[in-house]
Amino acid sequence: MPRLLEVTDLSTHFATAAGEVRAVDRVSLHVDEGETLGLVGESGCGKSVLALSLLRLVPPPGRIVSGRIVWKGTDLMRLPERDLRRVRGREVALVFQEPATALNPVFTVGYQIAEGLIVHKMMKKKEALREAARLMEVVRIPDPARRAVEYPHQMSGGMRQRVMIAMALACRPSLLVADEPTTALDVTIQAEILDLLMSLKREFRLSLILISHNLGVIAETADRVAVMYAGRIVEEAATRQLFASPKHPYTAGLLRSIPRLGEAGPEDGRKRRLAAIEGTVPDLLAMPKGCAFGPRCPDVMPECGERVPALRPLTAGDRAVACFKHHDAEGRPR
Amino acid sequence: MSAAGDAGRPLLEVADLRKYFPIRRGIFSSVSSWVRAVDGVSLRIAAGETLALVGESGSGKTTTGRCILRLLEPTSGSVRFDGIDLLSLKPRAMRRMRRQIQVVFQDPYASLNPRMRIRTIVREPLDIHGIGANRRERDEMVAALLRRVGLDPGMGDRYPHEFSGGQRQRVGVARALALKPRLIIADEPVSSLDVSVQAQVINLLIDLQEEFKIAYLFIAHDLAVVERIADRVAVMYLGQIVEEAARREIFKNPLHPYTRALLQAIPIPDPSRARERQVLRGDPPSPAQPPPGCRFHTRCPSAVAECPRVEPPLLEVGPGHWVACHLHPGPAAGR
Repeated sequence: MPRLLEVTDLSTHFATAAGEVRAVDRVSLHVDEGETLGLVGESGCGKSVLALSLLRLVPPPGRIVSGRIVWKGTDLMRLPERDLRRVRGREVALVFQEPATALNPVFTVGYQIAEGLIVHKMMKKKEALREAARLMEVVRIPDPARRAVEYPHQMSGGMRQRVMIAMALACRPSLLVADEPTTALDVTIQAEILDLLMSLKREFRLSLILISHNLGVIAETADRVAVMYAGRIVEEAATRQLFASPKHPYTAGLLRSIPRLGEAGPEDGRKRRLAAIEGTVPDLLAMPKGCAFGPRCPDVMPECGERVPALRPLTAGDRAVACFKHHDAEGRPR
Repeated sequence: MSAAGDAGRPLLEVADLRKYFPIRRGIFSSVSSWVRAVDGVSLRIAAGETLALVGESGSGKTTTGRCILRLLEPTSGSVRFDGIDLLSLKPRAMRRMRRQIQVVFQDPYASLNPRMRIRTIVREPLDIHGIGANRRERDEMVAALLRRVGLDPGMGDRYPHEFSGGQRQRVGVARALALKPRLIIADEPVSSLDVSVQAQVINLLIDLQEEFKIAYLFIAHDLAVVERIADRVAVMYLGQIVEEAARREIFKNPLHPYTRALLQAIPIPDPSRARERQVLRGDPPSPAQPPPGCRFHTRCPSAVAECPRVEPPLLEVGPGHWVACHLHPGPAAGR
């Protein structure tokens, strides 16, 4: 499959009064045509900043300090702002977690969907509004003609997220970056939205970067998964491989710590505790030396406290891991 | 109404609880209609038992918890704790009663006073209820509490913002434990936490229950979490309980179509498992205008002709298994 997006050694730092925060630290990833890349990590791991960095939308004091972002052969880092605008929204579209704040409260949802078409596709307003109603039907909003003239506050969270998706689809992008698109929603509504995203992906032959902290959501939607911890990607693998045999101790710990239905143990016995990862995520202002997961890692070795392991391919399978259990400091497999 | 364990009189007994919020309109703020947030909820919790109250936003689960604590005054119904009618208690007596009923809130960012040191936050209930001979003794109790929830007592001089979400929730738990309550109402205590930290707090709650024999009313939306901690589960939809059963029963044999949909909607973290899912269509209706008949009929995949017309009663269809659905009329009804 042709490569759509290739990110190499991307770093985004935030200058704060307390020091430089490396929110995204030498991240490399790629997305092929028609594929869904799942980006998983806990709060503060840098996954949202990474999403914004892809389109150079990081708000100050954040700043991309290095790296390449190659979109269909063009390095977006070298593109002037004017040309970049042709990529944003038109070729790569974003869907955010909180549709209530991402939508403008003073315009009808129909107009907000149409706006992109008027700006990017030079459509007449009337034509764009008609297309907007059609897009609302595509995202399964019942009675689209009537709901197109509603304002965001008149809609439920699930409906607002559908509007966001319709906006994102308006210009027929080839890549959709969805940042926690279902996190603010109830679980039955989440199931509807994921179902919608997956069928839209097939229908419009979209590629998807789906960012989530929810491993269930990732397991059900992604073809490939990248796991982030403290600003870095620590493991990357095909979804089935990753869930069947996680290689990084953080991935393994994360998979063990989630409660799964049907594994709570017998009725009368003691309630079964979960296998938690002890400790907490490091403060990005006071990162430990070496591997950021070292202080919480059950398999920590002396060298983990000295150097940061780079993301290296594993010999077995098309996957990569950043851990000295699996490769030495020179990247040779162990 | 339902099984309360073998201990005889339940610790908490809620009967036909209702909480209606007025919707005011016009210049005279006349009441135009009511939001029936909680509409006839009955439940029982035995000493040392965990009842999970499950539902999505707008189901009334949080309002139910607040009415039990009398943080909200219920419109009608009764709440008995250890046989005492809480709703008839004068404020002073109610304050005394709160020694035995404590609460842990969802958001540890919002529920801890940012200007108070951790030590003071945890000591406050001890100060208010005059427990311990003096300040020094109380400080020792605080140190023991912090240690018990897995925090270093040396951190007591810090402020909430210096703690991570998981640590703050531990502080919330320590504060709730301070008075040795018999019941803790935990309202989504882990849903704002990251998964790896969520597991730590669930483990803590399980351990504390075993050690101190505390009963929990565990209000949550995440059924996978609930399965770990609950003894019994009650599922709410639009202000009413639609199904209630022992943990194993409700997960193995869910009867109400809403319970089934909820269980099926949970994304499974196992890509090798094919899933069968009945995706519900549409949004939950507003509790200000609940649909007639069964409130779930507008989204129910198995609705029959009588569902929009007749409200199904909550009936016991098996030992300790209660369900409000026309498809499950109960053993006695025989159709």
